[in-house]
Amino acid sequence: MYKKILTRSILGPFNYAKKSVREFFMYIGGLAVLLVQTIFWIFVPRMRKIQLLDQMSKVGVSSFPIVFLISIFTGIVLALQSAYQMQKVSAEMYIASLVSLSITRELGPVLTALIVAGRCGAAMTAELGTMKVTEQVEALETLSANPVQYLVVPRFIALLIMLPLLTICADFFGIVGGYIIGVSKLNIAHGMYLKMSFDPLALKDILTGIIKSISFAIIICTISCFEGLNSAGGAEGVGRATTSSVVRSFILIIIADCFFTALFYFIFAK
Amino acid sequence: MIELKNISRAFQGQAILENLDLTINTGESMVIIGRSGCGKSVTLKHIMGLLHPDKGKVLIDGRDITSLNEKDLNKMRMNFGMLFQGAALFDSLSVLENVGFQLFEYTDMSLEDIKKRVAECLGRVGLKGVENKKPAQLSGGMKKRVGLARAICMFPKVILFDEPTTGVDPIMGDVIDELIRHLHETLKITSVTVTHDMKSAYKIADRIAMLYDKKIVAIGTPDEIKNSDNPIVKQFVTGSAEGPITDNDENGELRSKDNSSHSHIKNLKIEL
Repeated sequence: MYKKILTRSILGPFNYAKKSVREFFMYIGGLAVLLVQTIFWIFVPRMRKIQLLDQMSKVGVSSFPIVFLISIFTGIVLALQSAYQMQKVSAEMYIASLVSLSITRELGPVLTALIVAGRCGAAMTAELGTMKVTEQVEALETLSANPVQYLVVPRFIALLIMLPLLTICADFFGIVGGYIIGVSKLNIAHGMYLKMSFDPLALKDILTGIIKSISFAIIICTISCFEGLNSAGGAEGVGRATTSSVVRSFILIIIADCFFTALFYFIFAK
Repeated sequence: MIELKNISRAFQGQAILENLDLTINTGESMVIIGRSGCGKSVTLKHIMGLLHPDKGKVLIDGRDITSLNEKDLNKMRMNFGMLFQGAALFDSLSVLENVGFQLFEYTDMSLEDIKKRVAECLGRVGLKGVENKKPAQLSGGMKKRVGLARAICMFPKVILFDEPTTGVDPIMGDVIDELIRHLHETLKITSVTVTHDMKSAYKIADRIAMLYDKKIVAIGTPDEIKNSDNPIVKQFVTGSAEGPITDNDENGELRSKDNSSHSHIKNLKIEL
């Protein structure tokens, strides 16, 4: 009896760790399988144009106002915060470069991805999860339709197109936010501000942001759809899947951002 | 002909079906009865290829569908229709798009022709003028009928009904039973219905099979099932609380619950 309890207390943490590691790899494997299936079905005709346009509207057009607000205010806050330090060394004109570079390389893509993950990723998981628990996904299969082709592919393509476009908008409005503060409050000349904003900005800065946003689109769609298609247990299960989808998307977006920043740093440092 | 041969299926280590054998003849209306959670819907999903058995074969006209690839399985499913328990209509699509789903997806029919076919199918289930409504605007009975119209839209050879009368009032239940029987007779289709509603089973069935303890324990015509001497079948069809089914439950689940409640009371005494 005591031997059994002792064995269980010693092996307990190991068994728990083993189970967690197995579940982690099963989750990653599931994501990889869904991603491969999605890419496969993109190249199989037929493209559902109406569904694609509907998803593009949901992801892009509907997210635009919040992306606009957050990016313009981020530009304003960034300009104001940097003004504290820059004014001490009379280097206010560099605020323009600081805002434009940090927005295009980092804040634009990441903030836009976090907004879209919270807004559209959660909606995707909730929609697909509800379809799963109400047997609509199985009904699709009985009607000879592949759920990945019918449900995931339009969302995947919509995110791949709209997230980089939203990122470009966020870059623009972030710079506009910085411009408003720089010109109106810090008395930097209009021409000088623009020159200092765009002179240090190289094509690679914008491109790295776009590449990041494409990888974020893949992360958001894969996680949201995977969580939705695997939800079970009624309304509670859909709620759990939605929370899990947003949290996991956020974590993976930050990890991917860190990875790409390091990668581009080493590539372009040479 | 549909043949389930030696089917076993478990979920998370718990066996739901074990060595189940069932043959459904072409043109026959088979009803599978059994208690809630005994594996009736799982059996139906095996016939549709939505679930794969851990062991055994599902033969449709002699062809094992468990070994088919997705393309062939989808081709096979074009001959099948299925009515789900909750109708499973697509929320984002209108009734027209739901019923005509396969026509829009897999045929070159013009919109006008699709509208005509959808109106014809809706007419068969007693609905008119609902084509532009969304599923959320329909009552439970109407949803089931739209689900039925979707199932017959491609003139399938086999239709599977999962609890067709559950969740609708008795009158609507009878209307749905009449519809199923009428469709079966006019379209000459094979139908497999899963239900625990005996009134519905007697009305729809050519033969009834009873699923109990992971396998088919009795099979026969409605009269044979009604007058069966098998105590399990007898208890189920009469809906009696006393009998072998509940005795077995008490030996298993209820007794263990009793034990746990006793131990809980003991603990309470100690605490007091």
